[in-house]
Formats: sequence, C-alpha cells, structure tokens
Amino acid sequence: MEQNLYLLGLSSMGGLGLFFASLLVFADKKLRVEVDPKILLIEEVLPAANCGACGQPGCPAFAEAVVNGIADVHECTVGGEEVAHQIASIMGVEAKAVQKKVAKVFCRGGNKETDRKAIYYGVTSCSLAAKVGGGEKSCKYSCLGYADCVDSCKFNAMWMNANGLPVVDEDACTSCNKCVEACPRNLIELHSPDIKLHVYCKNRDPGKIAKKTCKVACIGCTLCVKPDPENIKMVDNLAVIEYSDAYLGLEECAKKCPTNAIAYQLDPIH
Amino acid sequence: MGLLTFKSGIHPAYRKNSTEATAICAAKIPKKVVIPLQQHIGAPNKPLVKKGDIVKTGQKIAGSDAFVSSPVHASISGKVKAIASTLHPSGQLITSVTIESDEKDEFFESNPGKREYTDLSSDEIRGIAKDAGIVGLGGAAFPTHVKLSPPKEKKIDAVILNGAECEPYLTADHRLMLEQPEKVVYGLKAVMKSLNVSKGYIGIENNKKDAISAILNMAGKNGADIEVHGLQVKYPQGAEKMLIKAILNREVPAGGLPMDVGVVVQNVGTTVALADSIRDHKPVIERVVTVSGTGVKEPKNLMVRIGTLFSNVIEECGGLNEGARKVIMGGPLMGLAQPSLEIPVVKGTSGIVVLTENEIKAEKARTCIGCGSCVDVCPMFLLPTRIANFSKYDLTEKAEQFGVMDCIECGCCTYVCPSKISLVQWIRYGKGNILEKRKKIKS
Repeated sequence: MEQNLYLLGLSSMGGLGLFFASLLVFADKKLRVEVDPKILLIEEVLPAANCGACGQPGCPAFAEAVVNGIADVHECTVGGEEVAHQIASIMGVEAKAVQKKVAKVFCRGGNKETDRKAIYYGVTSCSLAAKVGGGEKSCKYSCLGYADCVDSCKFNAMWMNANGLPVVDEDACTSCNKCVEACPRNLIELHSPDIKLHVYCKNRDPGKIAKKTCKVACIGCTLCVKPDPENIKMVDNLAVIEYSDAYLGLEECAKKCPTNAIAYQLDPIH
Repeated sequence: MGLLTFKSGIHPAYRKNSTEATAICAAKIPKKVVIPLQQHIGAPNKPLVKKGDIVKTGQKIAGSDAFVSSPVHASISGKVKAIASTLHPSGQLITSVTIESDEKDEFFESNPGKREYTDLSSDEIRGIAKDAGIVGLGGAAFPTHVKLSPPKEKKIDAVILNGAECEPYLTADHRLMLEQPEKVVYGLKAVMKSLNVSKGYIGIENNKKDAISAILNMAGKNGADIEVHGLQVKYPQGAEKMLIKAILNREVPAGGLPMDVGVVVQNVGTTVALADSIRDHKPVIERVVTVSGTGVKEPKNLMVRIGTLFSNVIEECGGLNEGARKVIMGGPLMGLAQPSLEIPVVKGTSGIVVLTENEIKAEKARTCIGCGSCVDVCPMFLLPTRIANFSKYDLTEKAEQFGVMDCIECGCCTYVCPSKISLVQWIRYGKGNILEKRKKIKS
C-alpha cells in the first residue's frame, strides 16, 4: 500500500514536471523574441547610474535607443569619452569627440553678500520657497540657498559651503543636468571647464537696486563689454556671455568689473 | 436654542481680551498714503490720475471696465506724488498711487443728499456697491457687486452675515457689531433687497455675547425676517462653507460656491461699508483694523485710512515692544507674514498682529508618524498629510484627485501636527503648480 503511494506521487509529480517542461521548450522555440546582442553588450559598458541624463528612462533604455538609432553613441554624459568610444566600437561607428561639460552656479550672493528682507521659517526647499514666499534674500534672482540642487545630485559632486551657496566638484560632475532642472531660478548651466570667464550673476534689476540687494551683483555698468563686445552683450541691465564653440573668455573683462560679478578663472570650490 | 457648529476644526487660544473691550478710535490721518491699485480679486485696475494731480478724499483714482473688478478711491486729499510699483501685503509688486496729504481732508462730493435702500432698485444697489469699491472686507476682498449678481439659474434664498470672527486676536468685526449694529443690519437688508431674498441670517460666535444681544435688539425692528444665531467658538467657524453648514445645514459641493446651495455670505464689515455708501455716498476709504499681539505696546482697534503704512499704524499704538519679530497681516492662522513695515493697509487688512521671538520659534519638521490628527481636524474632510506628500513629490494629478483644490488653507492641520510639518505650505505649493498647469493648457 505504502509503495503504491510513493509510486503514485512520483509519477504524478514527474508527469506534471515533464508537461510544463515541454511547454517551456515549446515557448522557447516558437515564441522567442530576438534581442540584438549589441544591446546587452552596450548595457554592460554603461555606468549603470540610471540617472536619465541622456533623456532615456535608464541605461537599458539608452542601450536600446542607441541600437535603434534613436540616440547617439556619445550621449551618455556620465560615461564620457571612454564609454562613447566603447559604444562606438560595439556599434562599428566613429565616435565624435565629446566635449566635457560641468555645472556652473551663476550666483555668488551668499549669506555674507546679500541683503535679507526677512527670516524664513518655512519648509527648506528652493522650489517651494520660490513659489510660496520668495525666500529670505532681497534679490529675486539669487540662489535661495535651500540646496535643491545638492539633493538632486546623484554623484556627490555638489555640497553647500559655509556661505550658503552650492559648490560643484568639477571632477566628480558628470553633467547629468539634474541640478540644472532642480534650480527654480535657473542659476545653474552646463559649460566646458575650458571656458575661463563667466558672469556669476543673473540679476536684471537696474544697477541702483541691484547694488542695494547684493554686494556681488551685476550692476549693468557695461565695463566688461568694451574689451570683448562680440561675445558679451548687455541684456536688461545684465552682462550676458554669448557662448560659442571657440569662446574661452578674456581676462581684461573681469579686471574691469567693480563688483566681481564677472570673474576669470574662478576656483570652482570658492 | 443650542449653539450651532460644523464638524471637526480646532480650538486655538483666542487671545482677544487685549482688544475686545477697547472701542474703535479713528487713527490720525497720515501724511502719506500708498494705495495699491489692485485690492480685490479680479481684473487689474488702470490709474485715472497722473503724477502731480490734486485729488480729494473719496475721489476715484483707478478703475476697470471688467465686471469682476472694483475701483479704488483716494483715502486722503492731497497731491499724487508717484505712481510706481510697490510691495503689496500679498508679497507681489503692484502699481500703487502715493498721495501726500494737504492736511485738509476735503471730501470729494459728486452727488450729495440722503438715500435709503428702500427707495433703490436692486440694480441700483449693485451699482452703488461697485462704484464705492466695496469688496469682501473679511479679508478675501472679492468684489461685492459680483456676489450680488448671481447667474439666473442659481436661485438664492438666503443671505448669511458672517460675524464669527474666528481668528485669534482679531476683534474688528466684534467692535463693529457692538458699536454700529444699526449699520450692520441696514447693510444686510440692502443686500437682501438687491438679491430679492426675504430670509437673512447673522452668525456670531458665542464669545461675543454683547455683540449678539446688540444685533438681536436691532434685527427684530421693522419686521424684517432676520435670524441671529449664536455659534460654537471654534476655528474656522468664519469660513463661508463652515458657516453655511452650521446655520443652514447645507453643504457646498466640491469646487462649488455658496451660490450653488442658494446662499450668499457677506462679512459684517462689508455691510457696514454698504450702508455708508448708500446713505452717505462714502466709498471704501477706511476700515477697522485690529492691531494686537504681544509685540505691540498698546493694542487697539483703529479706523484706518486705506493706504496708511503699517509703520504709521503701529506708531499710533505706541510702537513695537522689544523682541517683536513677526508682523502678520490678518490673523495668525491665515494671515500673511510681512517682510517690512513699509507696507500699506489695504481693503482686506482685518488686523495687524505682531508676535515676539519666543512665540514664533519654529521647530524643524520631523517625519509624519501617521497619527491622523490632521485628518480629524480638517473641516473640508480632506487627507492633508497625503495631499501634502503628493504636492511635495510633484504628483499633481494625484493631489488633484485627492481634492487639493478644495483645501481652504485654514491651517488646522499644520496647527495640530505633532511632527510640525508645514502641511499648508506644501498644499499651497501643489495648488500653485496645478494653477500654472491649467494656465498653460488654456493659452
């Protein structure tokens, strides 16, 4: 009797196993989806940060987009030149030279420099302060100082300094664009680290008001425009650099600035 | 008769005793007023005067052709010094007219002679409300003539007068009801006539017993059908929707207005202004402002000209105490903190509350412990903690689905939160995002 039970169990379970195994074999043969082996190869060389900087939802999606010709081989900013070359060799194409870019914070009005209109007790978030209260600094173009950009950085390339301003570690920055999107005042831009001259201010108020609100604000005096009128233009009381591929910046422009709003070779960790 | 009320809500410390017994006194006429051209909800006004013009008290200085708008009048006589954008109590920069006083305070009279509401048609009453620049003086500043012109398909059968004044510190409406009950009731009758409604209600919180009896004495006269109701002392009893629920047991549908349930709600200050404009041709050039809080030396109820700077008003009250730190326009729960004292009193300024350092100590927000206190107190029966989280992570669709637009921003949830989360701030952020999105879709 007992022997029969064992046999029954073995045969029924074994039978079921065989049945499902054959189903799987059938599915594998008939319903197989061909995956381009290149996609898997590219996925392996990608940094797996899944940051979304390329515009695709994660690294696997980017790999697929490259193989399908939607994305370019050099579009992974995190991987940089090295990864671009590897992907190019997998795809059998020539990689274009990748221009490294880093995040630049265009406001130097920290706690010491800017005038404060009030003490802010609310939620410490830039996007919220910009919408609901306007923060505590008088300048309505300045860095709010609640570190939304630092929170958005996945590569530990940003932190807040003692003066209440975000600082970028240019070696660690992968130009993933997250901080650019996080800043509600659009103070962060991506630029080549080779460009030496930048205007570190976005204040468009007339000089008189700008000077009152911040010690390092652009007051629209146009002194910086004279040495390089081709690349620097005055727009609404603010010196704006028109960046082009060959642009590197002239040192004279920064020397003339009375407020140091435009600066040459500013140490990124200032 | 038992006291009426609504479900949920909170019981903050009311702190009204410093001003509830002080009679309204007229403030000195300031040397300079700054009158923002936009003091109402609706279309912006255009200035009707130029720099250098001489204006008289009560002269119309700005107006608009749009229906949902309300004109602005000069509150003192003198010379227009400047027309420039200045800081409005709402935090925005708004074009304002600065008038320097000639210290004569001459009145601009266009049509002298007494009028009574009984001789006027409902259209004429509406016209007077519009010309006099009357807006909701409780704080929302919605043009009154718009409220008096409901669309035809909405049948209005009741007018409620709001004398709840549930915000801590404020006593402006209380004193008005106590000192000028005749005008309050007169204004209510005018509103009822213009809406062709025979039933009027006045709701007053039970911590103003003297005001209730003053109004009761007056309401019974001349056979008008006006009921006066004592309300339980609870915040936010003075919010329109809560008031309607308490008095008429009707519920305004989500996204709807009081007119959807056949009700128009007016503040007592608004009816006093309406009575003045009908009988004395006086536009809104002054209002009662409660100046209170531990940061003020002599708390008072002042009749202040529109456009007087906060600094002048506070000077009138003996100045600031040491340690004064936060200036709020309105009550402490729904009022707006101000970054400076060079801000003008506007039609919606029901009070100026100054708090000291140790009263405003803000604790850092901690994690939500899921206690549900905010859900218990929300008078709109929303889930504040969930909505705030949806807003925080920009899940605007979800937030909308959970009724973020129905939030009346009364602040009950933030008041009770044991983790000190600024729920209302997050909710306002979410609302702002949704409004921006809607604007984009429209354009």
